[in-house]
Amino acid sequence: MTELLQQLLNGLSLGAIYALIALGYTMVYGVLRFINFAHSDVFMVGAYFGFYLAPRVGAGGIGGGLLVLLGAMAGCAVLGMVIEKLAYRPLRGRSTLTVLITAIGVSLLLQNVGQKVFGANPKAFPHIFPETQLHFGGLTISSNQIIVLVVTLLLLGGLHWVVNRTRMGTAMRALSFNATAASLVGINNDRVISFTFALGSALAGAGGILYAMNYPSIDPLMGTLPGLKAFVAAVLGGIGNLPGAALGGLLIGLVETLVSGTKASTFRDAIAFAILILILMFRPAGLLGKMRVEKV
Amino acid sequence: MNLPTPFRRREFLTSVSLAAVLLAGCKDSGGGGTGGTGAIKVGEFASLTGSEAAFGNSSHNGTVLAVEEINKAGGVLGRQIELITEDNQSKQGESVTIVKKFISRDEVAAVLGEVASGRSLEAAPVCQESKIPMVSPSSTNPKVTDTGDYIFRVCFIDPFQGGLLADFAKRTLKAKKVAILSDVSAPYSVGLAEFFQKAFVAGGGEIIIEQKYASKDKDFRAQLTAIKASGPDAIFVPGYYTEAGLIVAQARQLGITLPVFGGDGWEAPELIQIAGPALENTFYSTHYSPEADDPMVKAFVKAYQAKYDGQTPDAMAALGYDSALVLADAMKRAGSTDPAKVRDALAATKDFPCVTGKTTLDGRRNATKSAVIITVKDGKFKYLETIQP
Repeated sequence: MTELLQQLLNGLSLGAIYALIALGYTMVYGVLRFINFAHSDVFMVGAYFGFYLAPRVGAGGIGGGLLVLLGAMAGCAVLGMVIEKLAYRPLRGRSTLTVLITAIGVSLLLQNVGQKVFGANPKAFPHIFPETQLHFGGLTISSNQIIVLVVTLLLLGGLHWVVNRTRMGTAMRALSFNATAASLVGINNDRVISFTFALGSALAGAGGILYAMNYPSIDPLMGTLPGLKAFVAAVLGGIGNLPGAALGGLLIGLVETLVSGTKASTFRDAIAFAILILILMFRPAGLLGKMRVEKV
Repeated sequence: MNLPTPFRRREFLTSVSLAAVLLAGCKDSGGGGTGGTGAIKVGEFASLTGSEAAFGNSSHNGTVLAVEEINKAGGVLGRQIELITEDNQSKQGESVTIVKKFISRDEVAAVLGEVASGRSLEAAPVCQESKIPMVSPSSTNPKVTDTGDYIFRVCFIDPFQGGLLADFAKRTLKAKKVAILSDVSAPYSVGLAEFFQKAFVAGGGEIIIEQKYASKDKDFRAQLTAIKASGPDAIFVPGYYTEAGLIVAQARQLGITLPVFGGDGWEAPELIQIAGPALENTFYSTHYSPEADDPMVKAFVKAYQAKYDGQTPDAMAALGYDSALVLADAMKRAGSTDPAKVRDALAATKDFPCVTGKTTLDGRRNATKSAVIITVKDGKFKYLETIQP
């Protein structure tokens, strides 16, 4: 029983990171109907921002740690806006496929520039928050895992508030319904899209830091696998739906951990993805997604 | 988008390397670099970047130092050795291309490389087909030299390492029940786990649980939680340092204070950077210790530190150094760089003094030599004991 509870705890903290990355995927999709495949590499850059920032701000305490987290988020937000401006804006109005392939190109570019600039060798990520282990009976949880859960919840709440309660959020939703109509009523589409990318990339940056805190070995290709899992999580929850992305991330994390703990550990990814296929067979729009009729 | 799916890529690359072998077989280039009086070309393929870069660079540094010393002493057969180095980025598939280039374009007399068994296994068939001697410094999987009679190595092999680790677990750690956590995507790890299990069970021990992971995994809490619940006396992690560091750190986070031990794949300064204080009560077996009391080791450590800003050479550096020495010695005894003669001379290597101990190449072209156990104390690697074959 203790073992099962411990595995659930492990799965929850892994799932929270997937959820955080998935939020970025799903938000950009919700507004632009386009999957930003470079998201997982912005996530990687976020971890490297933390790696270089931590010794400079003297991280290790709560304040320094928060500074690193916010710094990485800000850095990634800027990176996201630059990517949008240089790579995606010139393609505004072209077919989704063109933009999708450009996103793949940006992803490869970031990976390879990362290998050149940061070096291809894995680096040890510094401790940016004070670390302790908490014990409840036979259960153990590290403070880092709790930080991940708390930050994910806070960001999910914050995002929900931005999208549903602010003027910018209203503009984002308007844009996602009908971009032409939105610009007719005076919304500056370029600004809203730029903001969406900044927000999504800031989430990726936070994800990168939290991931590196828990798995302190970072390399320029580290985004690939968690990025893919998070994308799957976003689809599973219903892409475009914020709580759905969080739910999907937690589910993938839990399934993976529960499978890993058994004899079938090598089939971890196979089983996780088989579950995804099953769910999508019965709910093609994802767990919380709504079926929407494509207008022609 | 990036498609990581390692299995699909591996299958694809296997077929590529098979194709490469066939291609190499069609060309009857025989052996190159035999004629002339210029420098003797030796090709070295190494993981200078990527996940095993720490190993690759150490090994490369050792090889470069050895070649420099040999050349300073007048070279081999009155000719200098020219070392041509190529980086395979720790990626599967690259080594085949590199070795084919060495043989067809550079016309090397012999090939040196590499640390990771998986990539030596890719390159070996190419060398065997072209009949160019290949000396691996530190690939410990037995299959590497089974490829053919042109493939040699200067390190001990996994059955020996698995056996001595089983002995160590029983004798020094007093473990009766051991949990194994191995990397299914690395032939090195799978092989070592298997040989350890065989030897440990034969010695009366019990493998209580076997858990698996794949290279590049970062989260091992699920496997470790299952291991903790099974109640072992010690945990055997026959993987590489990148994952081993994370595994040890996460094990300690989960409150597992048991001894954790592994093979020579653990040896890298990065291990300490990644896992830090969590490494207390961990052990690994390796090929040599810089603290050993041997004049040759002392001279080597001194020369290495002078050349590389005071870095202490690790086992990979020592084996990289030895691989070049053994090859040069064979060329000297062969009196020629003709690949067939060098091969015969390599096969006849007996009690050749090396930094990692007296090296004899046996009938299966593997080295028999002693091993040492290293432990971690106060964030530093510490020599524990030497085990004779």
